[in-house]
Amino acid sequence: MRNPTLLSVAGALLFLALWKLVVVVGGYPDFILPPPETVASRLVEAWTSGQIEPHAAATLVEIGLGFLAGATLGLVAGYGLGRSALVAKVFSPYLVAAQATPILALAPVLALWFGPGLLGKVVIAALIVFFPVAVSTMVGIRTVDARLLELGRSLRATRRQVLLTLEIPGALPSIFGGLRIGITLAVVGAIVGEWAGAERGLGVLVNIARGSLFDIPLMFATLVTIAALGVALYLVVVMVERCLVGAR
Amino acid sequence: MQPNDERGRIDLTDVSLSFNRPGEAPLPVLDGLTLHVAAGEIVSLIGPNGCGKSTLLRVIAGLLRPSGGVATLDDLPISGPDPRIGLVFQEPRLLPWRTVAANVGYPLELARVPRGEQAERVALVLDRVGLTSASATMPGQLSGGMRQRAALARALVLEPEVLLLDEPFSALDAITRDRFNVELLKLWGRLRTTIIVVTHSIPEAIFLGDRVVVLSRRPGRVVAEVPVSLPLPRTIDAMDAMVVSDAARAVRAHLDEDAA
Repeated sequence: MRNPTLLSVAGALLFLALWKLVVVVGGYPDFILPPPETVASRLVEAWTSGQIEPHAAATLVEIGLGFLAGATLGLVAGYGLGRSALVAKVFSPYLVAAQATPILALAPVLALWFGPGLLGKVVIAALIVFFPVAVSTMVGIRTVDARLLELGRSLRATRRQVLLTLEIPGALPSIFGGLRIGITLAVVGAIVGEWAGAERGLGVLVNIARGSLFDIPLMFATLVTIAALGVALYLVVVMVERCLVGAR
Repeated sequence: MQPNDERGRIDLTDVSLSFNRPGEAPLPVLDGLTLHVAAGEIVSLIGPNGCGKSTLLRVIAGLLRPSGGVATLDDLPISGPDPRIGLVFQEPRLLPWRTVAANVGYPLELARVPRGEQAERVALVLDRVGLTSASATMPGQLSGGMRQRAALARALVLEPEVLLLDEPFSALDAITRDRFNVELLKLWGRLRTTIIVVTHSIPEAIFLGDRVVVLSRRPGRVVAEVPVSLPLPRTIDAMDAMVVSDAARAVRAHLDEDAA
């Protein structure tokens, strides 16, 4: 059993078996913990009937835009923090304070400011993505080999050339560490944003399924969708990373 | 790469340099150092650890500005890094995310040489150092010797008049090192660039140099210049010649004298 694919399939089967076992042994009703096969059939049904899809699409857009905005700002800020000790000194406390404030507590305020539409979720997701990307970029830029920078200087590289040929490639492994964390947090941010007030989205659907519909298998199907979305997006980041960093 | 006999003269006149240290007195590293290197000459720099040999190379490379005195290349002051001066560091300093060819072409890319010409010049210089077969390899997959060869190729690709070598083979084993030194002299025989090489090894200094310049302990200045009268082309066997042991004795005597 050295095949990694086989191992992960085996792991998944084990997880499902344990889930089933807990349901059977505990004798839980569907509204507490539905068995995996119920959730699976509900998942298929909800997707084919088009019950989940609009919500998933809305959440995906929020995640995508939020991640894009947060990562872009994080990269720029991280570069500034990494390159200038002064910038780091002045801005670090605010960054850390913003990060230390739970996004859950911040979400209602942001929803209030930016409204119940797309913008609010994007802002929340971007905010939560920003920090790990900024920190990992800062660390990456700071750890770019000073000897390579000296090489660049000896070859009269311009500021721009140093950035493009030395700093960015050198910091890339670290930056991708931040992007990997960032993409999973973008999912969290979007869902939290939806909880703070929204008309559509997987976070909304969880609430509807639990509340007005009282369809617990649907709730679990939605959770599975959220998890799968997170895993898929994470894998996209890993794939991009492999293309850009892998060939070393 | 045309052989040149006129260009590539380095003159250091009364060069001093101190490093500023926060909260402490500046650390003098070079103290009134005067050194003249003729075009096409090979000069070996030898001296105790921390005597400022590498600092001196960085002054010539335009990476450090002397606090006193003048450094000139062909009578013009060296005011910063100059494409006419190629520098090989102690470590290969290859960009790990680029192939050998892309590393060697890096200086051309920075100098915005057209792509087609880049490829030609990279191929030529890779051939010179015997790395053609490794051109598509990533540095991580090369031996230490191959990596340093790539670094040498990168320094040669801009066709410099002066080549500065900062203990370039110090990380290699003795046998590889001997072979590299022979190859370096062969290369020099074709290019006739001025070469200034920093080394820790007395035999290496003598084997490579037309002259061995002995530096004092910090702050560095020239203690002695020992001429080497080994005929060219030099082979490793020449190292057994009497002149070599005489020169070695002389260099050692000057190093000891300074240490005493």
